[in-house]
Amino acid sequence: MLKTTGVPNDQDLDGVFPPQERLGKGPVVVVECFETIPCNPCYTACHFGGIEAFKDITDLPTIDFEKCNGCTLCISNCPGLAIMVIDYQYHKDYVKMTIPYEFFPLPKEGEWVKGLDRRGEVVINVQVILVKNAKHQDKTPLISIAVPKAHFKKLRNIEVGDSNDQS
Amino acid sequence: MMHTDILVIGGGPSGLSAAIAAGKSGAEVLLVEGNQYFGGQLVKQTHMFFGSEKQYAATRGFDIGKKLVEEVEVYDNVKTLHSTTALGIYEDGIVTLEQKTESEDVYLKVRAKTIIIGTGALERSLPFTNNDLPGIYGAGAVQTLMNEYLVKPGKRVLMVGAGNIGLIISYQLLQAGVEVAGIIDASSEIGGYLVHASKIRRSGVPIFTGYTIVKAEGKDHLEKATIAQVDRHWKPIPGTEKEFKVDVLCISVGLTPSSALFWQVGCEMEYVRDLGGYVPKRNQYLQTTLKNIYVAGDSAGIEEASSAMVEGSIAGLSASHNLGFIYEDYQRDIQELLQELEGLRGGEKGEHIRNGYNMVGF
Amino acid sequence: MKQRIENHPILDIPLRRKIKFYYNDKVIFGLEGDTIASALHASGITQLSKSIKLHRPRGFYCAIGNCSSCFMRVDGKPNVKTCVERLREDMVVESQDGRGSIK
Repeated sequence: MLKTTGVPNDQDLDGVFPPQERLGKGPVVVVECFETIPCNPCYTACHFGGIEAFKDITDLPTIDFEKCNGCTLCISNCPGLAIMVIDYQYHKDYVKMTIPYEFFPLPKEGEWVKGLDRRGEVVINVQVILVKNAKHQDKTPLISIAVPKAHFKKLRNIEVGDSNDQS
Repeated sequence: MMHTDILVIGGGPSGLSAAIAAGKSGAEVLLVEGNQYFGGQLVKQTHMFFGSEKQYAATRGFDIGKKLVEEVEVYDNVKTLHSTTALGIYEDGIVTLEQKTESEDVYLKVRAKTIIIGTGALERSLPFTNNDLPGIYGAGAVQTLMNEYLVKPGKRVLMVGAGNIGLIISYQLLQAGVEVAGIIDASSEIGGYLVHASKIRRSGVPIFTGYTIVKAEGKDHLEKATIAQVDRHWKPIPGTEKEFKVDVLCISVGLTPSSALFWQVGCEMEYVRDLGGYVPKRNQYLQTTLKNIYVAGDSAGIEEASSAMVEGSIAGLSASHNLGFIYEDYQRDIQELLQELEGLRGGEKGEHIRNGYNMVGF
Repeated sequence: MKQRIENHPILDIPLRRKIKFYYNDKVIFGLEGDTIASALHASGITQLSKSIKLHRPRGFYCAIGNCSSCFMRVDGKPNVKTCVERLREDMVVESQDGRGSIK
């Protein structure tokens, strides 16, 4: 699937999502990197040893879920935009999901946007919690959205504009 | 007549890196570039690069271009000429150049002890009905129009080719506010990095693998494109056609090394499919079968810009070393660069490159 | 100016001076930094020439001066690569049908 459509399947995702036990302990990264390409900025971006040192530059990243504190620094450093951070403890019904988003217009905090799955199809409208676009992010803004817990494994993108209601 | 130790032909990532390395070694360098600016295709790359920090990973391509140009300017012994195309390398070693200025085209001659050629690549084209209609562009043209001149190529695009260039330009089209109707590729699998494919797919752009373009239609401009599934022999299967109402078709079906100067000067050439076409044979230091001619970057074989930069550095250091310029850290640096290159060619995606390189040594 | 990119998430959009030129007797405006072909394209003009034998419509293809598909007559000079030739004030640009000739 992934190699013909660009869409990872549930099995692919199960391999990169942190265990439920870790999700219960606060924010943590999900790195959807499935291919041995020469690339290591996620490792060099991490200040906490959350991504283990690469033996070869083509290694897949190995996450130390205990050391990762979900700081989000690696998200805008990943050239493949393959990283997001999930905070499962954000709210009893919602996870806080922080994703990279390099399109105009940027959503505003509080705005409702369409939550898209990995095929770009609308799953559910979600509210934007936070928009971060600091200089060190070098034009890869980070958008945090509140995603109902039932959908958090499906969502991976947003579409901004004409969805200013909750329905 | 100008004289220099090293002439670098081509001011893209490999040529700039070669000029920097040779400049650092103390050689007199002349760097010539046909375009009005240096940086080659880096200038149009708005995405972050892969690789490691040494090749500016996670930095956007156009910013890497700027950094390299700034570094070249540090060296007083490196002279640069833009708008200057190398026309030919003659038997007596003289290279002729054509320099475009505001008022006229000037003919120049230069004699160099060593020449490093980093002329990059040319785009491949694709035969299909009405492939000459306005609205059908090479991928590079779409990127140039968008990212250099800030003009949208059209309203709705069908991308032909799911290699890295096709995927990246599809993403850039979305960023420019242009609709991408889909990406097709005759191969059964996506050729480019899957992370690129995934980020376009999750923006709602479908990818059709196993499809080819069969026909374009329109009066004075493209209006419609027809694709069809291909069989094992790459032939369209009747009855599988799909139509797209699009005003732009972007052809991104690969690159082939720009090899004219190597042929002309008489380097031993080899056809290597995995490297994109004819390339000069060379040793690991990028020295061709003619000892005063080096090669670097896409003209040595189609690869990523990060490898082009490393190759340029190796060629620049090695060429200076062979001319007797003493650079203290030569051994250490060149070994490091060779290792970097090996690293970049590792993994699944580097396999064809590794295969290709087994065929060009001597 | 229908095809101009007016804002972009990555690229800065500089303020650029307008440049007036003539296309087949019409007055058109491009922007500083444009080539002839980019200025025409921005105004929605994509057919630049006609092919030599069959007189089929041609636009540019490569945009880097390699493919010969964008040849036009500029200030009376035929076969100008309009995809790389910078736009200048008051340039006279004309479609070219077939092989270029000097008037």
